[in-house]
Amino acid sequence: MASGTREEFDHPVVEWIDSRLPIFTMLQKEYGVFPTPKNFNYFWNFGAIAMVMLMIMILTGIILAMHYTADTKLAFDSVERITRDVNGGWLLRNIHMNGASFFFIAVYIHMFRGIYYGSYKRPRELLWILGVVIFLLMMATAFIGYVLPWGQMSLWGATVITNLFSAIPFIGDQIVTLLWGGFSVDNPTLTRFFALHYLLPFVIFAVVFLHIWALHITGSNNPLGIDVKGPQDTLPFNPYYTYKDMFGIVVFMVIYSLFIFYMPDSLGHPDNYIPANPLVTPPHIVPEWYFLPFYAILRAITFNMNLYMLAGLAMLAVFMVEFIWRHNPKYLNKSQGVALALIGSALALFGLIGDANQGWAIPLTAAENAPIPAKLGGVLAMFGSIGLLVILPWLDNHPIRSARFRPYFRVFVILFTVSVCILGYAGSQPADKVYLSMCVDSAQACAEHGASHGAEHAAEAKMLKFDNTMLAQAFTGFYFLFFLIILPLLSRFEKGKELPVSIHQAVLDKQKKAGA
Amino acid sequence: MSADVKTENKHDGETRRDFMQILAAAFGGLGGIAALLPLINSLNPAKDTLALATVEVDVSDVPVGQSKTVMWRGKPVFIRHRTEEEIKSAADVDVHSLTDKQSDDQRVQKPEWLVVVGVCTHLGCIPQGQKPSENHGDYGGWFCSCHGSQYDTSGRIRKGPAPKNLHVPPYEFVSDTTIKIG
Repeated sequence: MASGTREEFDHPVVEWIDSRLPIFTMLQKEYGVFPTPKNFNYFWNFGAIAMVMLMIMILTGIILAMHYTADTKLAFDSVERITRDVNGGWLLRNIHMNGASFFFIAVYIHMFRGIYYGSYKRPRELLWILGVVIFLLMMATAFIGYVLPWGQMSLWGATVITNLFSAIPFIGDQIVTLLWGGFSVDNPTLTRFFALHYLLPFVIFAVVFLHIWALHITGSNNPLGIDVKGPQDTLPFNPYYTYKDMFGIVVFMVIYSLFIFYMPDSLGHPDNYIPANPLVTPPHIVPEWYFLPFYAILRAITFNMNLYMLAGLAMLAVFMVEFIWRHNPKYLNKSQGVALALIGSALALFGLIGDANQGWAIPLTAAENAPIPAKLGGVLAMFGSIGLLVILPWLDNHPIRSARFRPYFRVFVILFTVSVCILGYAGSQPADKVYLSMCVDSAQACAEHGASHGAEHAAEAKMLKFDNTMLAQAFTGFYFLFFLIILPLLSRFEKGKELPVSIHQAVLDKQKKAGA
Repeated sequence: MSADVKTENKHDGETRRDFMQILAAAFGGLGGIAALLPLINSLNPAKDTLALATVEVDVSDVPVGQSKTVMWRGKPVFIRHRTEEEIKSAADVDVHSLTDKQSDDQRVQKPEWLVVVGVCTHLGCIPQGQKPSENHGDYGGWFCSCHGSQYDTSGRIRKGPAPKNLHVPPYEFVSDTTIKIG
């Protein structure tokens, strides 16, 4: 940043500093004249908005930490004291707890922007991966932060999430004990969570710095997804985007303020105003809204992966690598590929049926011998769903970035976004909630069942049900299908629309159209 | 010294110095990892936490068919005074049809007393079923409302996502009516 010739500043103090530490030169270069594509839409506000949210969270968090006590006997009361007795404490707390939600809103829109306009593609892969790292750190920080008030949801949310690690084979239980510092989520857990909750935002800040550094090497993507070809395609960052960002931030802050001042608890869970009680589990544990899609994926894996299913999936994976990802199969010809796919699917299905019908005792399908039991499967699927984001730049290597010029990709990205929202809904509902049910028994049994409907003990009848678990399974399936099959297929076969010659030309054409 | 370097230079330009540098870096790296161990170890359960590891419970006040909940290591332990029917239904189950294959007599010391850790083996919720008014699930034992796991009258997993039976803690009968857990 300090290399090259430096232009002198007029102000003597600024010049004195800059000649010793060229911080003003750097600011001028990176935020003053920094060439930025001139066709940004409002989606490009959300990076700056997320940055502002991070600063708000750190500032309010530091002050809140001065009033908070990390001890299971005192934590709940100290948070209530912040709300009731500390001067303006209610405001600080409302800003901080709704800030988590609004930070996630900004980041989710920012991520949607990245996917829709192909911002993760070459040469911005590392920039994107750093973003996923920030997202993971945010999830860890938010989860730990929700534990600190030590209400019922704090305790039981922490219990459920830390227990996920017990699914790790062999060392899982030791890891969980190490996380807890005891035999359950208790005081040692709370104190270390507080320390980490204070630390992680600064780690996020450091990774955000790397994220922005990488951004300033490649330059920003833009809604057309084509490269900047020259100065006619760009505008200096200041004043054009400093002001546009400020406008976006103000609009965002207005909506955020509505929540802070008028409905501060609407995004939280009322059970967290009951002090934590290790003897009573709330009937329905739900994480904060921003975790719901991933929670739904976690709960969707209700079956054990036995050897048949693993073998079948391995065959399907080989088929996929050979015929979808590679443009020319390396080891197999077409008929071998078809045979492999068919046998793989049959094996996986056979394994699934064997797992669902333990009573049939099909060899090698016993639930307790499954290499990946349901619990581990759910954890793997949940972390895998985020891991897919890391390798997204290589799953989708279509040469066109922006969905504007990829008609099929555009449809699927929108379907994907909708399906993530539906997963979020599924995550918020009880696992056994029934949406549709149909009686498939004899007419008499059905009639009796219908008559006793709603009674304590409804008459038994064979029913076909579509419940919340199945909903989550269907959309979890689509989530993985989107990344592993649809994106690689589209990058091979999708024919894009004609790209504009340049950003400048596209802007001129748009103006001409508007004028005519 | 310089003569040594020259002779060893014959192999792909590798020198004694390269070897020493790799060795020094590896040794420093190992030392760094070793220095982390005391930090990580301090996060393991402390001595006072471990000291809470046994409790004695008087169960003379639990009538047949009722249950008692006590805290052990920060977790609830369910002590159930089982009825004849409950013992029979637990013993009659075909062990091979179970997810976690354990017979009832492997899980109890005295058939009328069932002692299990009241933590669902799925993700750690506390199952319902300690009070007669609560949901006992389809198998007369406990029902975990978090993700729908159902346990029978021996605390064995019968339905739902939990992989294991309710854990039986180490315990002994100090007298006929006193149990020492831990």
